[in-house]
Amino acid sequence: MAMIEERPIGFGRLKRKEDPRFIRGQGTYVDDVTLPGMLHGAVLRSPLAHARIVSIDASAALAHPKVRGVITGKDLEAQKLAWMPTMSYDTQAVLATDKVRFQGQEVAFVIADDRYAARDALELIDVEYEPLPAVVNARKALDADAPVIRDDKDGQTDNHIFDWEAGDKAETDAVFARADVVVSRDIIYPRCHPAPLETCGAVADYDRVSGHLTLWTTSQAPHAHRTVYALVAGLPEHKIRVISPDIGGGFGNKVPIYPGYVCAIVASIVTGKPVKWMEDRSENLTSTGFARDYVMHGGIAATRDGKILAVRTDVIADHGAFNATAQPTKYPAGFFSIFTGSYDLEAAYCAVHGVYTNKAPGGVAYRCSFRVTEAAYLIERMVDALALELGTDPAELRLKNFIRPEQFPYENKTGWTYDSGDYETAMRKAMEIAGYDELRREQAEKRAKGELMGIGLSFFTETVGAGPRKHMDILGLGMADGADLRVHPTGKAVLGISVQTQGQGHETTFAQIVAEELGIPPEDIEVVHGDTDRTPFGLGTYGSRSTPVSGAAAAVVARKVRDQARLIAAGMLEASPDDLEWEKGRFSVKGDPEQGKTIQEIAMAAHGAADLPEGIEGALEAQTVYNPPNLTFPFGAYICVVDIDPGTAQVKVRRFIAVDDCGVRINPMIVEGQIHGGLAEGVGIALMELIAFDEQGNCLGGSFMDYLIPTALEVPEWELGETVTPSPHHPIGAKGVGESPNVGSPPAIVNAVIDALYEPYGVSHIDMPMTPARVWAAMQGRPEPPQ
Amino acid sequence: MQVTLTVNGDEVTSEIEPRLLLVHFLRDTLGLTGTHWGCDTSNCGACVVLMDGEPVKSCTVLTAMAGGHEVRTIESVERGDVLDPVQQGFVEEHGLQCGFCTPGMIMTARALLDRRAGGEPLTDAEIREAISGQICRCTGYTNIVKAIRWAADQEAAPAGGR
Ligand code: FES
Ligand code: FES
Repeated sequence: MAMIEERPIGFGRLKRKEDPRFIRGQGTYVDDVTLPGMLHGAVLRSPLAHARIVSIDASAALAHPKVRGVITGKDLEAQKLAWMPTMSYDTQAVLATDKVRFQGQEVAFVIADDRYAARDALELIDVEYEPLPAVVNARKALDADAPVIRDDKDGQTDNHIFDWEAGDKAETDAVFARADVVVSRDIIYPRCHPAPLETCGAVADYDRVSGHLTLWTTSQAPHAHRTVYALVAGLPEHKIRVISPDIGGGFGNKVPIYPGYVCAIVASIVTGKPVKWMEDRSENLTSTGFARDYVMHGGIAATRDGKILAVRTDVIADHGAFNATAQPTKYPAGFFSIFTGSYDLEAAYCAVHGVYTNKAPGGVAYRCSFRVTEAAYLIERMVDALALELGTDPAELRLKNFIRPEQFPYENKTGWTYDSGDYETAMRKAMEIAGYDELRREQAEKRAKGELMGIGLSFFTETVGAGPRKHMDILGLGMADGADLRVHPTGKAVLGISVQTQGQGHETTFAQIVAEELGIPPEDIEVVHGDTDRTPFGLGTYGSRSTPVSGAAAAVVARKVRDQARLIAAGMLEASPDDLEWEKGRFSVKGDPEQGKTIQEIAMAAHGAADLPEGIEGALEAQTVYNPPNLTFPFGAYICVVDIDPGTAQVKVRRFIAVDDCGVRINPMIVEGQIHGGLAEGVGIALMELIAFDEQGNCLGGSFMDYLIPTALEVPEWELGETVTPSPHHPIGAKGVGESPNVGSPPAIVNAVIDALYEPYGVSHIDMPMTPARVWAAMQGRPEPPQ
Repeated sequence: MQVTLTVNGDEVTSEIEPRLLLVHFLRDTLGLTGTHWGCDTSNCGACVVLMDGEPVKSCTVLTAMAGGHEVRTIESVERGDVLDPVQQGFVEEHGLQCGFCTPGMIMTARALLDRRAGGEPLTDAEIREAISGQICRCTGYTNIVKAIRWAADQEAAPAGGR
C-alpha cells in the first residue's frame, strides 16, 4: 500500500480498500445475489398519469405456467399494506387501489420463476382505467379548477402540501423598498434525476419458521429502512436484517423506500421463497426519487455601489403525487433557507409552497443536503443578475460582499450559524488557477471576432452533516450515528459504522480516521457497514453526512479506546496515566521515551491474564453515538469557461476550475474523486438532463436515450484547488464534500453561458438544461421551446 | 435452442431461450456477475464484454448471436495473480468509485490498448472517444482517462509490456 513517508499512518492518499474486488468484477451488488429457489418479481405500472382504476384482471397472468402469483392493491389492502408512510409523514400507495396518480405508478406485482417470465406476465394483466385530467404544471396545481390528486386523504380538498418560510418578511420588504437597486428573476430548477448506474432493487428472503426477514437492498439508509419496515409490516425489528451490499451509486436516489421493495417482501412472505425484484432503467427514471423541480421567483436588493443588502424568494415546490421527499421533519423545504449564500446581508426571507402534481413522487436530495442545491443555484444566479444590472465584474461583486473570516461563527438571517470560512482566499485561489484576468482579455478578443466565450463564477456555502437531534429527525428518528470499535488481542481492529459506501470509499477513509487516532495501520482495520445485524444504529449516508456525523463518531470512539489504552498502559508501565505521552500508536513515560507500550502490546494486555487497572473490565473496545452540535459549512469557488457555437448554439464546457474547502481532508485522492464526479453531474444538470412531461403527464425522460447523462466527451479535464478551513466543532475538523460539486457547478455553468450571450444577444437568463434548442431560441429572442 | 460459445477460454454449451440476452446468459446462467447491466437502451456500457476481441454491449447481443464466438469478461482479465495494467491503472489513478461501470470500462480500455499495434502514442481525446459509449456516474471521467493512460504508458515502457 502506498504510504506517505512523514505520515506513515492515518490521513493521506491511501489507495482504496474497495478497489481490489471491483476491478476484478467481484463486487456484490444486489442483482448479484442469487439464493436457492429464488423467484423473480416485476411491477406492472400505470400508463396514465391520473386515472381511476375500474378493474384489474390477472387471470391470464396467473395461468402462465411460470407465474407463482400476482399481488394487487386489493390483496395488500386486506393486510393493511396498500399504503406506506413516506419519509415526510405523507403516505404513498404501495400498489394502487383507488386511482393511479402518476405515469409509472405501481399497480400490480407478478412473481414468476425467472425474470423474463415475470415481465411476460405483466403483459397478461388487464387493467381498466377511467382517465382523469392530470395536473402537470406546478404553477397550476393550486388553481381552483385543478383536479384534486390526493382525494384519498381526509380533508384534502386541493393540491396543497405545505407552506414554509424562513427569515423576516417585513424587515426584508423594508430593505427592498429603500434599496437603490432591485433585481428579480423567475428561475426554474428543473426536475432531474440522480440516475445511479445501478438501478434500485431488492432480494427478500423470509424464513417462515424463524420469522426472520433478510433483505438485500439498494439502500443508503439500512437502519432507518429496517425501522420503517418494522412499523409498516408489523415485523418485529430484531427479526429484520437489512443488508445493503455493494451499491452502484446512490446520490440520494436510494434513500426512500420504494413500493417494489415492499412487494418483494410481501411476495417472499406469501410464497415462502426468496424473491428478487430489480427495476429496469425506465422504471428508475419514471418512478423513483427525482430531484429539484423548484419554480422560484427571486429578488436581490443592493446599493448602487454594489453592497448586497437583502434577498428574498417565493418558491413553488413540486413534490409529485406523494410527498416522498426525505427531509428532516421540521424542514419540509430542506435547508433551502441557506439561500443567503456566502454574503453578509441585512435581511432575507423565503417562502416555499409544496404542491402535489401527477408526476413521480419525491423529491430526493440528489447529491445535496436537502435543497441546498436549489438554494445555492438561486443566490448565485441572483448575484450574477445583480452584476449585470450594475455593470460590475461578478468576481468583484462577490469579493465585496463575502462574509469576512473574522465574522465566523456567522449567524445568517435565516437562523444558520456558519461554523468557519475564509471565502476571499478560496475565491482568489480559483481566479489565480483560472487566470481570470487573462480569460477576460481572451473573451474580449473573441467577442471582437464574433466568437462566443463565457466565464462563469459561483461561490457556494453549504450546510451539511444533519444534524443535531434536537432540531433534526426523519420520521422521529434522530439524525445521530453510532460507531463501535473493537481492537482484537493482536492489535487488529474492527470498526462498525451506521453509514455506508455507495462509492465514496468508507472502507478506506473510516479506517484512516481510526488509524490517525489510534496509530493502528489502516490495513489492520476492517470497516463493517451496510448490514443492520453487524453495525450500530444510525441514519445513513446522504446529504454529505458521513464524514461530518459518522466520521466524527469514528474519531470519538477511537479516542474512547485510546483513553482505555492509556489506563492499561499506565498499569503496564507502573506509571500514572497523567505521566504518559501519546505519540501515534504508542504511550511512553514522559521524559523517558524508551519506556513505552505500543497499542498492539496494550491490546494484548487488555485481553491477557494479568491484572488490569481499576475501571478496566478487559478487552479494548468502545461504542459511541455522535450527536453533532451543529452542522458543518463547506464552501467553494468555481469558475467555468464555455464556448458556444454561434451556428448551432451548442455549449461546450472548455474548462472548469473548482476550489473546495471541506475542512480537513482525510484522503485527498478520494475527496478529489468526489469533486470530479459531482462536477460531471453538474454539467449534466446544466446542459443535458431533464425529466420533462407532456400535458397528459407522460414522462419524456424515461430512458438514457431521452435523459442524457454526460459521457467523457461532454466534460473537460477538471482543474482543482483547495483551501483548508477546519470545522471548529468537528473532532477532526472535517466538513464533508460529496455534494459540494453538484451544488456549486450548475450556477457557474449557467453564469458562463449568460456571460457569453448577454452582450451580443441581450440574453439575461436561460433555464436549465441549456440544450442547443433552448440556447438557440434565447439567442433569437424567442421564448424557450418546450422540451 | 442450443448454443455453444467460448467464455473466458472455456467452451460452454447451453440450452437457452432464443431471446436470451448475452448479459443475462453471462450473469444468470454462468454466474459471471462481474458484467453489469444498467439501462434498457444500449446507452450505458455497464455490460461491455469482448467478443472476438472487440468491445460489445452484451445487453444488445443475443446469446445465440455469440454462438461460435469467443467472449471475454472482466473475470478473465487478471492473469494468474497478476493484475492487468488496466486494472492496476484504475487503482493507481482512482479511476473508480462505486465500481459499477468499472468492468465495462476496463474491457473497453483493454481492447483499445490491444488495438494499438506497436504501442503508438494514445491521446486523451482517443481515450475519451473510446469510452464515449459508456456512462460513469461517479468519477467525472478524468481519472478513468488517467487510469487508461497509466496502463498505456506502462505497456509502452521498455521494461513493461505484458
Ligand atoms: S446495459 Fe446499458 S448498454 Fe448494456
Ligand atoms: S464508478 Fe460508479 S458508475 Fe463509474
